Amino acid sequence: MSTTTAVWEKSERQRERERLRRRAAVRSGSIATVSTVVFVVIAAWAIVNSPGWPRVKETFFSGEAFAMSFPEVLAGFWKNVQIFVIAELLILPLGLLVAVVRGLKTPVFFPLRALAVAYTDIFRGTPTLLVVYLIGFGLPALNLKGVPSDPMVLAVIALTLSYGAYVAEVFRAGIDTVHPSQRAAARSLGLGHLQTMRFVVLPQAVRRVAPPLLNDFVSLQKDTAMASVIGVIEALRQAQIDAGKMFNYTPYLVAALLFVALTVPMARLTDYLAARATRRRGPGGGV
Amino acid sequence: MSPLLRVEGLWKLYHGNPVLRGIDLDVNAHEVVCLIGASGSGKSTLLRCVNLLETADDGAIFLEGEEITDVRADPDRVRRGIGMVFQAYNLFPHMTVLENVTLAPVRVHGRPRAEAAELGRELLARFGLLDKAGEYPDRLSGGQQQRVAIVRALAVRPRLMLLDEVTSALDPELVLEVLGVIRELKESGMTMILATHEMGFARDIADTVCFLDGGVLLEKGTPEQIFTDPREPRTREFLRRVLDARRL
Ligand SMILES: Nc1ncnc2c1ncn2[C@@H]1O[C@H](COP(=O)(O)OP(=O)(O)O)[C@@H](O)[C@H]1O
Ligand SMILES: [Mg+2]
Repeated sequence: MSTTTAVWEKSERQRERERLRRRAAVRSGSIATVSTVVFVVIAAWAIVNSPGWPRVKETFFSGEAFAMSFPEVLAGFWKNVQIFVIAELLILPLGLLVAVVRGLKTPVFFPLRALAVAYTDIFRGTPTLLVVYLIGFGLPALNLKGVPSDPMVLAVIALTLSYGAYVAEVFRAGIDTVHPSQRAAARSLGLGHLQTMRFVVLPQAVRRVAPPLLNDFVSLQKDTAMASVIGVIEALRQAQIDAGKMFNYTPYLVAALLFVALTVPMARLTDYLAARATRRRGPGGGV
Repeated sequence: MSPLLRVEGLWKLYHGNPVLRGIDLDVNAHEVVCLIGASGSGKSTLLRCVNLLETADDGAIFLEGEEITDVRADPDRVRRGIGMVFQAYNLFPHMTVLENVTLAPVRVHGRPRAEAAELGRELLARFGLLDKAGEYPDRLSGGQQQRVAIVRALAVRPRLMLLDEVTSALDPELVLEVLGVIRELKESGMTMILATHEMGFARDIADTVCFLDGGVLLEKGTPEQIFTDPREPRTREFLRRVLDARRL
């Protein structure tokens, strides 16, 4: 029989276990390092020794062209950022509104609901590029008073309409994940349908859909490049112009790097939020 | 004196299957009515109909003489006078305990936030939950969550409380603390209808016990009469089965 003692001294068995674990950790760490180095070296060697490398290096990695086009492409990229930020600020309320309208059950709202369904069906089904063309060239062609003709504004409208439909669906999925018993509890307290939505359902739904929403926004950041097709001199269009002038493709690389620099932080934030949501659902994390 | 609540010939069907078959029930002010009956006998459905969470398919329900099943009645207004507590607590997970409690007083009854918070704290203190006011529901035990749910329903000063198997999801040692709260409500004069599987508690607290069987209110009487001398063979059988299960 063993006696119970208040002090715990690590047993020999446990110490041995921890020694083995440490050794295994060190081993897998060094394997990862070695394999990464080997992989990079082989890949670099293969590229640099490929027959086309000297030309690729010249046309895509020219330091001179990089330095020359960087300020201009950066200035164009500022337009991408503006389009992105304004569109995002419009997309969120639009998507939320459409999702909420689709959930209205009262017959009075039938026309609104039908409109919301038609909107999501049409804009989710149409390629974003096509929407940009249609809005960018179609709206001004109507010659209506008050219709904007600035291609930046038209690009924002087109992207907002296209992404609003996706975001509405994301919100709707989020609303559907809130258990009906939450609604029953809210209604039993005397809250009306819209109050129940606003104070009980939406706050829970929005938290749950934050990661997929951010994902859509990463893709919106890239799609701002579509503004180039209706005449906005943004990063991609500026890169095209510079490439044409210099007979060198390095400006494209500049544009690509700028887009990556913007989307990577967003992607990491998405990962972080998704991981946090998983942790919250895990044991001890509540609902 | 006319009853606080009158249920008259209430029918409810799901997909053509009758779940309530012509229920008649009167509940007087300050009366505590316990609904007993096998799982699926219609206890929850009856409570949900009274709170207008379900639409009655026939019959009528009157609250203080006013027909609440009238198609012109405003369900949101009716529910303001009725508190409901659910088996699974249904607290709002994104709100603190105090926010759960003050939501309806502020948003539905238009009370100033500070006043609602003060009333909320008072109620939480009365049920030993004041130190939990700032916590989120998932940090509370089941018993504490259910007591918060009761406080939340009380915060709008209801005339009638509906409690649907409020102890069924709780570990045995937590049941007592919730039953204690309900007992205190009875002492304060609250009118209540509770669906319950706790026969001992029903016997102890009820003024009237109703036995539901397949959507029919088969037998109604004092706890004395129902538990010691049930008229209906089905009631006798149900009670025997419950007591046998208890003995296992
Ligand atoms: N939303 C629903 N749709 C279809 N059937 C339901 C629904 N709610 C309850 N029922 C059925 O109604 C009957 C009564 O259920 P319920 O009132 O929950 O009984 P109890 O609370 O006494 O256990 C059961 O047979 C149940 O399956
Ligand atoms: Mg039930």
